[in-house]
Amino acid sequence: MTSVQDLPPQDVQRGGMQPPAQGGAEPPVETAPPLRGLRQTGFASTVAALLRKELLLELRTLESVPGMSLFAVSTFVVFHFALNRNSVEGDLAAGILWVTLLFAAMLGVNRLFVADADQGGFDAFLLAPVDRSAMFVAKALALLAYLVVLELVAVAAFALLLLGSPLGPALPGLLVTLALGDIGVAVIGTLVAALAVRTRARDLLGPLLALPLFVPIVIGGARATDDDRHEQHPAWPALRWLLTLGLYDLVFGLIAFALFDFLLED
Amino acid sequence: MGQAAVEVHGLVRRYGERDALSDVSLSLAAGHTLVVFGPNGAGKTTLLRVLATLLRPHAGSVRVLGSDLIHDAWQVRGRVGLLGHEPLLYRELTAHENLRFHARLHGIGEQRVVELLDAVSMSARAAEPLRTLSRGMVQRVAVARAVLHDPQLLLLDEPYANLDPAAVELVAPLIGAGGDRDGADGLRTRVICSHDPSRGLTEADVVLGLRGGRPVLLRAASEVDASDIAELYR
Amino acid sequence: MERSSQPKAGLIKRGSRARGETPAYGGGLRTLSVATVIAVTVSLSLVFFYAPLEAEQGFLQKIFYVHVPLAIVALCGFVLGGLLAIAHLRTRDPRWDYRSYVVIHMSLIFAVGTLITGSIWAKGSWGHWWVWSEPTLVSFLIVFLLYATYQPLRFAIEDPERQARYASVFAITAGAFVPMNFIAVRLSTAYLHPRVLGSTSNLPGPMALTFLVSLLAMSLLFATLCKYELTAKHTRAQVRALRRRLEGQEEVRRAPRSAAPSLQHVTAMTSAPAPGGRTTGQR
Repeated sequence: MTSVQDLPPQDVQRGGMQPPAQGGAEPPVETAPPLRGLRQTGFASTVAALLRKELLLELRTLESVPGMSLFAVSTFVVFHFALNRNSVEGDLAAGILWVTLLFAAMLGVNRLFVADADQGGFDAFLLAPVDRSAMFVAKALALLAYLVVLELVAVAAFALLLLGSPLGPALPGLLVTLALGDIGVAVIGTLVAALAVRTRARDLLGPLLALPLFVPIVIGGARATDDDRHEQHPAWPALRWLLTLGLYDLVFGLIAFALFDFLLED
Repeated sequence: MGQAAVEVHGLVRRYGERDALSDVSLSLAAGHTLVVFGPNGAGKTTLLRVLATLLRPHAGSVRVLGSDLIHDAWQVRGRVGLLGHEPLLYRELTAHENLRFHARLHGIGEQRVVELLDAVSMSARAAEPLRTLSRGMVQRVAVARAVLHDPQLLLLDEPYANLDPAAVELVAPLIGAGGDRDGADGLRTRVICSHDPSRGLTEADVVLGLRGGRPVLLRAASEVDASDIAELYR
Repeated sequence: MERSSQPKAGLIKRGSRARGETPAYGGGLRTLSVATVIAVTVSLSLVFFYAPLEAEQGFLQKIFYVHVPLAIVALCGFVLGGLLAIAHLRTRDPRWDYRSYVVIHMSLIFAVGTLITGSIWAKGSWGHWWVWSEPTLVSFLIVFLLYATYQPLRFAIEDPERQARYASVFAITAGAFVPMNFIAVRLSTAYLHPRVLGSTSNLPGPMALTFLVSLLAMSLLFATLCKYELTAKHTRAQVRALRRRLEGQEEVRRAPRSAAPSLQHVTAMTSAPAPGGRTTGQR
């Protein structure tokens, strides 16, 4: 068995390292050891590595997405019985859809960092020569992916089970609204998940922190969804709601990105 | 390499009202091994984590591989390896996937992963989720993870726990001072936390004894014998 | 190791202030209290004897002079808490977290006051204890629900340093949330109903004066209460630090886990200064 010790150092080093992602100069091999490792892994590469790991884990364990989707469908059933209605329309429909999506999203948010917190994933990441905000971006993107899958299932189920009016004409506007809302949920959800995961009451604090923070998303999202059933041009929600969502996404995206570092340290 | 690899002056790290580390000072030349002894709760793991840049010093100064940890910790990260009590691996992923993830984080290629898996004799079971493997096997993969980026400073917290003698033999060259490098210049600096005086003393160049977060013993290994170590635990 | 007669030097932060200089929280407290009492008295007299009765709502309208200043001060307090938290994250000085905690704590109390006075006002004007049509009240409810999680969050983290850091992250996020929330809620209620409880921007002379004085009084009250709490906690923590020095670190019973910042780092700065880079070693 060839142990690593037997290989000449240059081979270990050169053969082992990829050229830097940014296409910069190759790391010098002959330089004295202190210079090695000063190179930081590029931001995009870090995000890519993290995202791959996240999605791989999710595909392997199927912890979040199936649960979220199932929860949404069950909730629609519960709503049917709770409201005693066969179909809903207008602002009631918008409300039910958004509430269900938010609560299902919370399930995913709760689980977002659990594997890392319990299995030492934070430490491993903190030891690497990376920009720590990359974890925020990667986790938010992963959560976004989960939300998209959730919505594919939930909106279809909603249209099937409860929605009184046809979905088709409203669909483009709905998709835009959902996209903006998803970004907001992903940003706040990631921040709140990171805050809550290393506390004692992690499952409780997550929803408690997130729900008030989500209110502007509910306002923007539900009103936009509702709007496009009443207006002359039902395909496009009123601009003001989309702008509210957009502003929210921007402001909290920046804040969460800037603050995330501080949550990772020990 | 004239500069010391690790220089610590008056390090303080608090945990609430307690001082986890109090006024710790030491200097470790490059290529040497420091072994830290002390009862549980003495601060050994805390010291290791400070050196690994996972914990910030609250007072005092710490320089690792020439960089000050309070301001320039980022410079050190790619050059330090930590093997702690936790394997820092995802149980649902395979050994291969775990190591590849770490390799990508450090900007290291696939080939090194394969080499290391081979070196710890885990190539055969590299495609199985870690939760199906025994503790000893997981520890071997953890060792591979710790040395993946060929660190100049290796921090080891009771590295031989959970390993049977065969595994210890496999792993020893990887975490030994000789490391992967050639020549006296390339000797790896190590800090090892140990409960085993006999093994610890053979590997040490310098010995540090901690009790209650305070250094009670700091000597060259040649001047220390097992009874001094036993004192610490009383 | 050299056994030193100096007390636990490890407690001391390097570069701390000169020996004997205590960070003073109590300074100016008396002046502030007196000013507050005067302001409150003047404001109350104005409210009851000077400000004219409003045509529609009569005497009940006077609660406006309490409700709106409470709201404004609470809101500013929340935002201030966020700013102090930014200072904490940037400087890592636990004193900023301490101030942030007290300010947020006090603002939460003022927010509850806002909700209660607003509810009374709504009951008096509308016959309902709660109205969704008043965007300020609704926004406050949401903000209250958010900040009510601040202390449970702190309490759920044992390591004081991490507690402070996480609390600061929360305070900054929540502080940015406050204006965002107001915009969103105002948009939504305006869309449904026009604002009914009247705007505060076009006030006739005497009412405007009374309002401003009330606002001033409320701000002073806020500042004084904050200062009291800061001083009281700080003094208690100093006593603990002195006891620890006297009796040894292990003797003093550990403070129970709490949501409030524990201030060990703060008070340790009043101890003797750090020795310069001395090495310990057995020779």
